[in-house]
Amino acid sequence: MCLAIPGKVVEVFEDHGLRMGRIDFAGTVRKACLAHVPEAGVGDYVLVHVGFALSVVDAAEAARTYALLEELGLLGELETPEAPG
Amino acid sequence: MKYLDEYRDGRVAAKVLAELRRVVTRPWTLMEVCGGQTHSIVKHGIDRLLPEEIELVHGPGCPVCVTPLEQIDKAHAIAQRPGVIFTSFGDMLRVPGSRTDLLRLKAQGADVRIVYAPLDAVKIAQAHPDREVVFFAIGFETTAPANALAVTRAQALGVKNFSVLVSQVLVPPAIAAVLQSPGNRVRGFLGPGHVCTVMGTREYDAIAQRYHVPIVITGFEPVDLLDGVLRTVRRLEAGEAGVENQYSRVVSRQGNPAARQLIWSVFEVCDRQWRGIGSIPKSGLRLRWELRELDAGRRFEVGAMETLEPAACISGQVLRGLKKPHDCPAFGAACTPEHPLGATMVSAEGACAAYYAYGRHHAKVNP
Repeated sequence: MCLAIPGKVVEVFEDHGLRMGRIDFAGTVRKACLAHVPEAGVGDYVLVHVGFALSVVDAAEAARTYALLEELGLLGELETPEAPG
Repeated sequence: MKYLDEYRDGRVAAKVLAELRRVVTRPWTLMEVCGGQTHSIVKHGIDRLLPEEIELVHGPGCPVCVTPLEQIDKAHAIAQRPGVIFTSFGDMLRVPGSRTDLLRLKAQGADVRIVYAPLDAVKIAQAHPDREVVFFAIGFETTAPANALAVTRAQALGVKNFSVLVSQVLVPPAIAAVLQSPGNRVRGFLGPGHVCTVMGTREYDAIAQRYHVPIVITGFEPVDLLDGVLRTVRRLEAGEAGVENQYSRVVSRQGNPAARQLIWSVFEVCDRQWRGIGSIPKSGLRLRWELRELDAGRRFEVGAMETLEPAACISGQVLRGLKKPHDCPAFGAACTPEHPLGATMVSAEGACAAYYAYGRHHAKVNP
């Protein structure tokens, strides 16, 4: 139910006063309400749930989390005891 | 897909697992709150990759599963009224009520329609001014803004033949209920990532402090989930409670204030019955009093209903993390996705349906 998917805003338009957008989910384009993510524009990635954009994907935070994950194991390898001798 | 595929990378998952094996020193029981997380964990076999010290139990975060039987029976009563178009998310159609389900009613001639977005239900109402269109507004905080939007939209456009049957629930009171239950073994939580895109992470601080548990707001992809487990276990091993945000690419501390404002313009907090669990104080949302005209229960005058829950179903214990689906004698036998006894076998996010779909018919057999 709480499934939400990130997609790229390809168009922003108004529908009787409601800010809407067309969102590209890796080739499938669907409409979503953008009224509650006013900062989102064409080219931004938004997280969409049942036709409602909940938040804008923060590219810098995504990169930071990923970099932290990539660094995992580096310290662990250092902790492996050296071979005797 | 961008922002999804990179969190399905086996190489990164292996790194997180290696780190997890390094930091864990004793047994810990963790609960993933959200049904979407349960589905992903079982689908990707994440629970079976974890070090044996770590047990994941599945939480109550499946709105379809916890929608009270009485509300489902009311939906069925309304859907059978002449002139009604009953609209719902697809997940609800197979959920068994006391006597029938929406799919069966549709086969018998009721006008039951699946919608992807709540706004689509308002469009249907505009297209059929001579009919009464009812939307089954279920969900957690993630879905509340979209459901609220349908209500404000119908009002703004002057659509009078639209109403909603509300069954909205809230996560924090459910977490508190799990922690207060006498048999509780859960020591840390993977928090509900998408709920927090709306609500932010602040409201979890008080629970983390009061019960001295770590709550790590976590995403839904395999690497997210492993990272969430790692961060929770690190805190448990260090004896640290508190809230941490693993899913910072879409969740901010303040959440989405505009979406919350929309929720509070339509709904107010109420006590709510959870199917299989019981009543939890201040755990639900109902329409605000001034919007009572849009309450389908009121419009169609469906009062209190006599409900009938199948005796064999143990979904309540599954939803509280006390039992696993394969502990139920009916699982995979009398109860299957085609003929479900309980809602946890219906929704893709229900633990029973996930276990059934991914071949978890028995407890893990250690080699």
